[in-house]
Amino acid sequence: MIKILLSQFKQYTRAAVLTPVFTGLEALLELLIPFITAKIIDEGIEAGNLQKIYLYGGIMLIMAFLSLISGVMAGKNAAEASSGFASNLRESMYENIQKFSFSNIDKFSTAGLVTRMTTDVTNVQNAAQMILRIASRAPLMLILSMVMCFFINAKLSMIFLVAMVILALALYLIMSKTTVIFKQVFSRYDDLNGEVQENVTAIRVVKAFVREDFEVNKFQKAAGMLYDLSVKAESRLAFNNPVMMLVIYGCMIALSWFGAQFIVVGDLTTGELTSLFSYVMSMMMSLMMLSMVFVMITMSAASCVRISEVLEEKADLVNPKQPVMEIPDGRIDFNHVEFSYKHGSGEEVLHDIDFHVDAGETIGIIGGTGSGKSSLVNLISRLYDVDKGQVMVGGRDVRTYDMEALRNQVAVVLQKNVLFSGTILDNLRWGKEDATEEECREACRQACADEFIDSFPDGYNTWIEQGGTNVSGGQKQRLCIARALLKKPKVLILDDSTSAVDTATDAKIREAFREKIPGTTKIIIAQRISSVKDADRIMVLEDGRINGFDTHENLLKTNQIYQEIYETQQKGGGDFDQPS
Amino acid sequence: MERQDGTNKRKRMSTREMGKTLGRVLSYMIGSYKWSFAVVVACIFGMALATRRGTLFMQNLIDDYILPLTQTAQPDFGPLAHALGKLALIYLAGMICAYGYNRIMVNVSQGTMKKLRDQLFSHMESLPIKYFDTHAHGDIMSVYTNDVDTLRQLMSQSIPQVINSVITMATTVVSMFILSVPLTVISLIMVAVMAFAASKIGGKSGAYFSRQQKSLGTVNGYIEEMMEGQKVVKVFCHEEKSLEQFKKLNEDLRVWAYNANKFANIMMPVNANIGNISYVLCAAIGAVLSLSGNFGLTLGTLVSFLMLSKSFTQPVTQISQQMNSIVMAMAGAERIFRLMDEKPETDNGYVELVNAKVLPDGSLTETAERTGVWAWKHPHQADGTITYTKLEGDVTFDDVDFGYTPEKIVLHHIKMYATPGQKIAFVGSTGAGKTTITNLINRFYDIQDGKIRYDGININKIKKADLRRSLGMVLQDTHLFTGTVMENIRYGRLDATDEECIAAAKLANAHGFIKHLPEGYNTMLTGDGSNLSQGQRQLLAIARAAVADPPVLILDEATSSIDTRTEMLVQQGMDRLMKGRTTFVIAHRLSTVQNSDCIMVLEHGRIIERGTHDQLIEEKGKYYQLYTGNAIAG
Repeated sequence: MIKILLSQFKQYTRAAVLTPVFTGLEALLELLIPFITAKIIDEGIEAGNLQKIYLYGGIMLIMAFLSLISGVMAGKNAAEASSGFASNLRESMYENIQKFSFSNIDKFSTAGLVTRMTTDVTNVQNAAQMILRIASRAPLMLILSMVMCFFINAKLSMIFLVAMVILALALYLIMSKTTVIFKQVFSRYDDLNGEVQENVTAIRVVKAFVREDFEVNKFQKAAGMLYDLSVKAESRLAFNNPVMMLVIYGCMIALSWFGAQFIVVGDLTTGELTSLFSYVMSMMMSLMMLSMVFVMITMSAASCVRISEVLEEKADLVNPKQPVMEIPDGRIDFNHVEFSYKHGSGEEVLHDIDFHVDAGETIGIIGGTGSGKSSLVNLISRLYDVDKGQVMVGGRDVRTYDMEALRNQVAVVLQKNVLFSGTILDNLRWGKEDATEEECREACRQACADEFIDSFPDGYNTWIEQGGTNVSGGQKQRLCIARALLKKPKVLILDDSTSAVDTATDAKIREAFREKIPGTTKIIIAQRISSVKDADRIMVLEDGRINGFDTHENLLKTNQIYQEIYETQQKGGGDFDQPS
Repeated sequence: MERQDGTNKRKRMSTREMGKTLGRVLSYMIGSYKWSFAVVVACIFGMALATRRGTLFMQNLIDDYILPLTQTAQPDFGPLAHALGKLALIYLAGMICAYGYNRIMVNVSQGTMKKLRDQLFSHMESLPIKYFDTHAHGDIMSVYTNDVDTLRQLMSQSIPQVINSVITMATTVVSMFILSVPLTVISLIMVAVMAFAASKIGGKSGAYFSRQQKSLGTVNGYIEEMMEGQKVVKVFCHEEKSLEQFKKLNEDLRVWAYNANKFANIMMPVNANIGNISYVLCAAIGAVLSLSGNFGLTLGTLVSFLMLSKSFTQPVTQISQQMNSIVMAMAGAERIFRLMDEKPETDNGYVELVNAKVLPDGSLTETAERTGVWAWKHPHQADGTITYTKLEGDVTFDDVDFGYTPEKIVLHHIKMYATPGQKIAFVGSTGAGKTTITNLINRFYDIQDGKIRYDGININKIKKADLRRSLGMVLQDTHLFTGTVMENIRYGRLDATDEECIAAAKLANAHGFIKHLPEGYNTMLTGDGSNLSQGQRQLLAIARAAVADPPVLILDEATSSIDTRTEMLVQQGMDRLMKGRTTFVIAHRLSTVQNSDCIMVLEHGRIIERGTHDQLIEEKGKYYQLYTGNAIAG
């Protein structure tokens, strides 16, 4: 996982390597400066030697200048490396997702993918910058400070060793306990937000049942729980600061006491003592920074895992080695097809599906929820692969075609369809990039979308909001059909795509199909008998098996399920009107 | 479009507005924690003082203790030990202060957060439906998540940090002045240079940060949209194009992020090294001064001063670092306060719904226990009498006009009445105003003109809570809550027993599928009941309304396609629920319409036809068209 993530630095590797080099340099200079100040005090001031003061002062100025340059360079490179890293992560994930097949997409939820590419990347970016800048600096500072201290006076430096062990231990104790509580805090926090979300979306129910006070009580209880846990976690963290102070001040006092004795004996100069004071500060600071990095790493670890999951996901549908680019016609053959969403899991959705459709035929498919209607049609444009058997289009196995060529000829109007933000024309041109406005109009006429589009003040240039929220369900469905028609496909699949269109318009669309695209094979999934009754043949699916496959009239005579559905829809379960 | 403008306005928040918002945040925080906050400030002060005192001690250490010790043959360490003991006590006090400040701050910040969340939520619950209809739900949510979170950082980090820095700076300056005036002046000049550099760099970084945030919003929006439509992207082979566009947006974001971070990152080294230069200057000048011996500057004093000057530069850096997060938090705080300042739903109603019992003489009187008989308690201000009217479910619309905004009336001259137990069906195309009418009965929206009477009482006089309690509602989009199936049914009436809930489920035809759930009535529902099918959720919504047992029902039949068998169950459940109640139904099902006592055909906000099924068929109008159109197709 770490290897995969590290490889994402790509063109910013140089910056990522330079950052710790510069921070190291900066740290080195920062450490040498107290050394020089000691010299100023000892050799300059105490000896009354102004010459030395100017000399060391000059050296120190040069060092400060160098430190400034390396600090700025480090900051610049850290910014470049971390923002570049984040950008690469987002791009690589996005690129990989584009290769995903439907089953890959099903594996991750939409919300999950969005979080991985947004929040998780931001977390990792911050952690990366932190690590680049501090992970190199803090240990270096720590080690160098130690070396310097030992260099000045080894015996006195033993104090630091003791202090550091105490500090590390204390920090570990505090942190290990709090991270556990913090995890609970986060999950409570999610629950609380979930509750807000629920209330925002269901506010009509809340108000209709006059449950405002009830909800407020529930919320306050949950918020109270979050408060208790947060206080519990943070009150432990409150020990951090005093513990740090304890150790630092302890060192100061010990240094003063032992330092005085060493000076009296002549083993230490006063200048060296002040240097030691500086080093003790920087050592403790480094330790604290390390503990911060540690927290950062644990916090971003989960994000790292989630990101690498997307990066490592291999698309499970690949193009054949020598793909066929031409689809001769719209013939469809299913040869004893078995299919499950998890291959080999035994949870088969389709059993022994075997049927043959001629080019230009109109096929209706009807059946209850979970009977396998959508699964069946998704196999035709190879959105999934079969477990057993064969799906053929134009007399060839779909697995021998180039996927893009196949999908351009087999147009699917998905059940859960979306429009994208952009004008109506922009959206239509998804079907054919260079479609002229006249072509778009023609497609809309066939899909019975022209009327409502013309009624919009901006016509075909009307802006569609994200997700198509500013058009009604029926309008959305018709735009999606028009978009698919622009492909001029050999096979057109409508997966319950007219459910929100009123019956009269629905009939008009089917009539247009019959007249305008007679050569195209049409497969129509529907809940309403009226949507499929005039198809050439109607397939009745039940529990993943073909229960009947015949004309409306024959099915009415022979097929029990079909009769049942017909009866209920006739008796009044059917729709009176539909929003148009 | 409206939201876009809002964003721009937010970006252009002036310094004065920001100060106002900050003041409000502070008053919020200090308001209920006056004493705690005072103690915190005292603690920070004590902390800084202890640190200062420690630094000043170094002067005594070298000058008064160590140097004399080196000059005597038989050094006496007694005084040093004594002094160090005193120092230890000072440090101990400092530590206690540090703990006190950190610990109390936890309660103050978390407590303020809780108060803020509670108030936000209860205020949100009091807002009219209109607020939720006109604001994107994502925006409301982000107030709770993002904005409250930035405010938490402000309270628990930025504010104490700034207080700390200011106090440290103040105490340091005082100590430095005590040690040496000329050197202090040099330091102050350097700090001014530093502050200037910090504000320049910080300003640049801040500008880039806001561009980065904007760009991040665009990228996130694009990702969200494309992930939502990923399957469509696949079906249309749009992968490359979508990647190409993403790369462009992503590169933009990278550039802004790079610049923003670059300037933020170089702030520290710049300040630190200006500090170093200041240090050298002070050391050199201080040495010259102390060697000349004219300014009363001893070596020890110089050492102490040099240490102080180091800790003097730190707070400047810290404050400039906090500036960005303060600006960001203010934008969040502004959004929080905007939600809190929204006007809650008004309710001037005074007619209440009470349990009643019928006296032998036929009149009604109020009673405490649940009798199944309800009455409107109507106090008359004029003569101080109270009358009781039996709750029957008689609803009259008298020439009602309504518009979501006063300029655009969407319902015109709606006149209708429903006597108790009648079923009124609304039919018509989307946008004809069917849902709008039902929103008026329970006063989700208030009418512009005309009158709606409920059992003869103007609904404006009825307390909203009581009005809504008497109306059952089953909406087209069923919303369920996190909790068990039983809890969700009980939502209709909180004091319903398990038996009553199960009876309601049976009535609604929901009992069958609930029994087959892994834990029956105790099955947990999460995420708006996403583990149930659309049809099952509808059945639960019917059960929920059934347990409330209201005299009047508002039903919005679902159009979404559920499979035929579940549909039959839903249908049956609805029919049983409607029995004996006044029902307003937005009808999509043939049987519902046919069985209605009166059908209102709506078009463009007007009732264009009304009557029973047979009458309307006879009229051969719009209804006839709708009906026969359906009959031909079906």
